[in-house]
Amino acid sequence: MGNGYVVPALVAVTLITVGIGFYGLRLARTTSDFLVASRAVSPTWNAAAIGGEYLSAASFLGVAGLILKHGVDVLWYPVGFAAGYLALLLFVAAPLRRSGAFTLPDFCELRLGSRRLRTLATTFVIFIGWLYLVPQLQGAGLTMATLTGSPYPLGALLVAAVVTANVALGGMRAITFVQAFQYWLKLTALAVPAIFLVLQWQADSRPAVTPPEGPTFRTATTVVVEHPATLTLPDGQQQQIRPGDELTFAAGQPVPQVAGTATDPADWLLPSTGADEQGLFTTYSLILATFLGTMGLPHVLARFYTNPDGAAARHTTLVVLALVGAFYLLPTVYGALGRIYTPHLLLTGETDAVVLLLPGAALGTGTTGRLLAALVAAGAFAAFLSTSSGLLTSVAGVISTDLLGRGSVRGFRLATVLAGSVPMVLALNVSGLEVSQVVGLAFAVAASSFCPLLVLGIWWRGLTARGAAVGVLVGGGAAAGAVLVTVLGPPLTGWPAALLAQPAAWTVPLAFTVMVAVSGATRRHVPTDVGATMLRLHAPEALR
Amino acid sequence: MVAADDRVSARTRIVLADVVRRESRGEQLRTEHPHTELTEQTRVGEALVRGLVRAQLSLALRLWLVVAVGLGGLPWLFAIAPSVSRVTVLGVHLPWVLLGGLSFPFLVLVGWAYVRLAERNEQDFTDLIQRPER
Repeated sequence: MGNGYVVPALVAVTLITVGIGFYGLRLARTTSDFLVASRAVSPTWNAAAIGGEYLSAASFLGVAGLILKHGVDVLWYPVGFAAGYLALLLFVAAPLRRSGAFTLPDFCELRLGSRRLRTLATTFVIFIGWLYLVPQLQGAGLTMATLTGSPYPLGALLVAAVVTANVALGGMRAITFVQAFQYWLKLTALAVPAIFLVLQWQADSRPAVTPPEGPTFRTATTVVVEHPATLTLPDGQQQQIRPGDELTFAAGQPVPQVAGTATDPADWLLPSTGADEQGLFTTYSLILATFLGTMGLPHVLARFYTNPDGAAARHTTLVVLALVGAFYLLPTVYGALGRIYTPHLLLTGETDAVVLLLPGAALGTGTTGRLLAALVAAGAFAAFLSTSSGLLTSVAGVISTDLLGRGSVRGFRLATVLAGSVPMVLALNVSGLEVSQVVGLAFAVAASSFCPLLVLGIWWRGLTARGAAVGVLVGGGAAAGAVLVTVLGPPLTGWPAALLAQPAAWTVPLAFTVMVAVSGATRRHVPTDVGATMLRLHAPEALR
Repeated sequence: MVAADDRVSARTRIVLADVVRRESRGEQLRTEHPHTELTEQTRVGEALVRGLVRAQLSLALRLWLVVAVGLGGLPWLFAIAPSVSRVTVLGVHLPWVLLGGLSFPFLVLVGWAYVRLAERNEQDFTDLIQRPER
């Protein structure tokens, strides 16, 4: 797009990340390894690191894109992404840290003493990890394509290769400092341009976000269509558009309505009403998936181990909740201002690019606009570098220890290449899906498999290995099946589409019910050391 | 932590820690302290732990209920009373204010309350265990 600052910004972020990673690793061998194990990492640093790893491409790019497209109903995504940390705090944080488990499979073996359950948990860690990695690479491809005009697959391949090589060679491994840096970079990269954008909006004498006649083009715009769609023109005519079509609009002309998006001001501005039962179901299902899914994400859990004890784990989670909540105030600003300054994204279907394009569109091509656009691009790059590195490390970790059965460095490298190539192939084939939607599916699977396992494992003595295994298989399997049908299957409409696209509302209760029922039926197999395990999970540190 | 607690009854505290360590290794319990019935301590200890777990769980569930009603009730409220969503605060519609802005401090507030109350539960438990025997 002719912004000379963007490429240097992306290169700088990558070099800094890789550089700190390698430099930090050398330090880690001598001192910080030890420091992590002792209490030198304060909850604030740790929380920034967790936030840095958590705020992914979906949060940085996807949420604003969804808000631009669908309006108020998708505000539940950021609320749920943040509320997930509250669920983690209430039900999991302190006992999980006290258990001493480093990964979910560790927790399974520790609590229920079953190797087979461990293998099952490993399978789900890999599935969820891959499902979560795909949208990160998608976001990378989108960012590169939007900013430098390179073809979509190139960006996805490039970032996948960089991250895989980096993790395989040892950079970015659990270095608290890198991840904490990424959090503050991401926050700055959204907050600073947001201030300028709001000032610009004031200077433009506050154009209405939802004018009664619908969004209009502020400047003469030529739109190149990238996804097929059906338009409703202002005179009521229907028009089919195909990728490659060019549409030209004059300044002040209304934006045609696109089928499947909330172009109608009232739809966008106001929540779905009682008449729309599927809408309500989808909203609740989404809330449940994000609220309960966070605790089951593989890369979130591993970071808790760096807390010295259960009390610190609690404080860390609270700070994460505050940091993540502060971040999620920002995408709404971008989504709303995008209605004014970048309405053409509704036509191209590339709404995920709104965060990247808004600074240039609103502030013009002067130095300020270009610098801020480069800053946003750097933040986006930080988002998928940190999240995908964290995920890849977790997935490769379980592959190398649980499937390859070796703890060697070579085994880990092999596992990393294996773990990195599958989502890379997948990312090339799902470019039509929204980033946040795919992430939502990963949350649904995590909420239907690991959430019941963790919650019942921590709070209920009656859980048995068989109950846990069957519950994970049925609940997680149902959610995973729904994901596969949504991503690969034929397009559906009505209730089947709603039930499969947002499955959590029925798969989470299913998983809990099955787990409790089967555990009750196999009561004889309750681990004999459950009393000692409970003591270990819940007794305060002062008594150790 | 341990060093700071020297003034409290050391005997009971060490016993509990021993039970944790030994049981997690699967070893048989042996009587090391002639004055203490370890088995009985375990039974008493287990009852106490059950009490702690129940207290912490009910605390978590109660705060979860606060969030479930406070936030989870919103889609339902907007659905049955569409007029609520048309209310504006400083020119912004109420659903945007509640979801886009106020929900985050609300979550942090609930989390803060939980941390305080959960730590108080643990303090009560610690006091109970470390109370000198009469």
